[in-house]
Amino acid sequence: MATSTTNGTVKGAQRWKEMSRPEVGDWRVKGGLAQMLKGGVIMDVVTPDQAKVAEDAGAVSVMALERVPSDIRRDGGVARMSDPDLISGIIDAVSIPVMAKARIGHFVEAQILESLGVDYCDESEVLTPADDEFHIDKWQFKMPYVCGARNIGEALRRIGEGAAMIRTKGEAGTGDVVHAVTHARQIQADIRAIQHAPSEELMSLARDYQAPYELVVEVAQTGKLPVVNFAAGGIATPADAALLMQIGVEGVFVGSGIFKSDNPETMAAAIVKATTHYNDPDMLAEISRGLGDAMPGIEANKIPQEQQLQSRGW
Amino acid sequence: MVEGLKKNSSTSVLGQPCIGVLALQGDFAEHINMLKLIGISALEVRKVQQLNDIDGLIIPGGESTTIVKLLHMFDLVETLRNRVESGMALWGTCAGMIVIARELADPYPIPLNFIDINVARNYFGRQVDSFEAEVNIQGIDGDPMRAVFIRAPIVQSTGAGVETLAVVPEKSDGTPAQTVAVRKGRVLATSFHPELTQDTRLHSLFVSMAEECRSESTNRNVDE
Repeated sequence: MATSTTNGTVKGAQRWKEMSRPEVGDWRVKGGLAQMLKGGVIMDVVTPDQAKVAEDAGAVSVMALERVPSDIRRDGGVARMSDPDLISGIIDAVSIPVMAKARIGHFVEAQILESLGVDYCDESEVLTPADDEFHIDKWQFKMPYVCGARNIGEALRRIGEGAAMIRTKGEAGTGDVVHAVTHARQIQADIRAIQHAPSEELMSLARDYQAPYELVVEVAQTGKLPVVNFAAGGIATPADAALLMQIGVEGVFVGSGIFKSDNPETMAAAIVKATTHYNDPDMLAEISRGLGDAMPGIEANKIPQEQQLQSRGW
Repeated sequence: MVEGLKKNSSTSVLGQPCIGVLALQGDFAEHINMLKLIGISALEVRKVQQLNDIDGLIIPGGESTTIVKLLHMFDLVETLRNRVESGMALWGTCAGMIVIARELADPYPIPLNFIDINVARNYFGRQVDSFEAEVNIQGIDGDPMRAVFIRAPIVQSTGAGVETLAVVPEKSDGTPAQTVAVRKGRVLATSFHPELTQDTRLHSLFVSMAEECRSESTNRNVDE
């Protein structure tokens, strides 16, 4: 094995190896917060009042942003990090952890979020990417990151860059769960392929997936992603949340699905309950009663490929 | 993940205490894995009836506001209180400690008062202030434990009969030493997350607490 620490690539890989050892604090502490969010719902909020509604409904965390994805989609233009005033206002309003989004590759937005005391940064395809080629070097931060992924290669590249939590990308702002399902299933299919491959095939699999070899080996050994994996993108009902949980994700993000529904308080609490009792159809039937209309949706497969947010990220 | 709720009855082997892990939200799977390492197959507890099948309950790390809310939503509080009062062992880690405290320094959530401690949430700060430390724990022999503190609470004061098991030493930034593990009878509370490490010693201690509950109830049944 190369031991140079001046070569950037080698350094990155080594850093992952060192930091991911259980006795080193940083990595476990970052990934540990994601462990605490498991079985929970993370909700997009655009005001401190909405953040309170989310907390009261039982959200484990809120994502502070200026516009929910369906509005970003409608408005078009360049979507950027939210105003620090808004983020600080939300941090002050709730006692649960607060997440916020930075543009892909925009490490200065991320530095600002860290300085504000944001608990988790979402390097998100929902915002307009700031870098066409490179994601943020997430090891440089004490603030942990969550990143979107559609398959194992994308997930392991983000983890290799230091992401401590992964979510499916889905197609944000549509209320159509189809792509979150596709991505969750794809990641699981890839994990099964790695798990069942003989060890001599792992290097070629790493090449095919464009994923760091050490992480492919870890997946082969453990049969799961090295970090917590949530679903995101298009979740609009309690049944959607339970569907993804039964498929095997560990928790859900709900973006536009709460505050674009008829009755946000009721919908938020119902999605929280469904994420706990995801495997109990009788409970899910009770939980799903009388919620009013879910958010109006757009069929994600009708959106031309070049307008899909999920293809952002490399 | 799918099998969790299908097991309706206790999975305990004869003679072993039956341990439940509250599975409403949080890192319950990590506690179940730790118990598996010491040969205990634990039950995921989501429903009120399940509380009657167990000798000990772990309330895991997670979001305390969410866990308290869900305990009320699914009507678990009263039965849980009855079980704790009748001697069931109880252990809260991090969020779990907040849930079972008598009183919080914060207005929210309203804790359940299963152990006479006053707890401050997120005492060390936000996520960027989370850390690990070596902690000596009274009653745990051998090396200190590696304790993982994630947006961790601390115990500000304890009532009569509550034993302090561990303090985290003064930090380099001047944060003074704080109480991070306490016990009274069969109720245990820790600020940190042994379930995120490979160190099963506290889980073994908890299993022995649940064993006491089990043998007590067996004796009671024999007397009747």
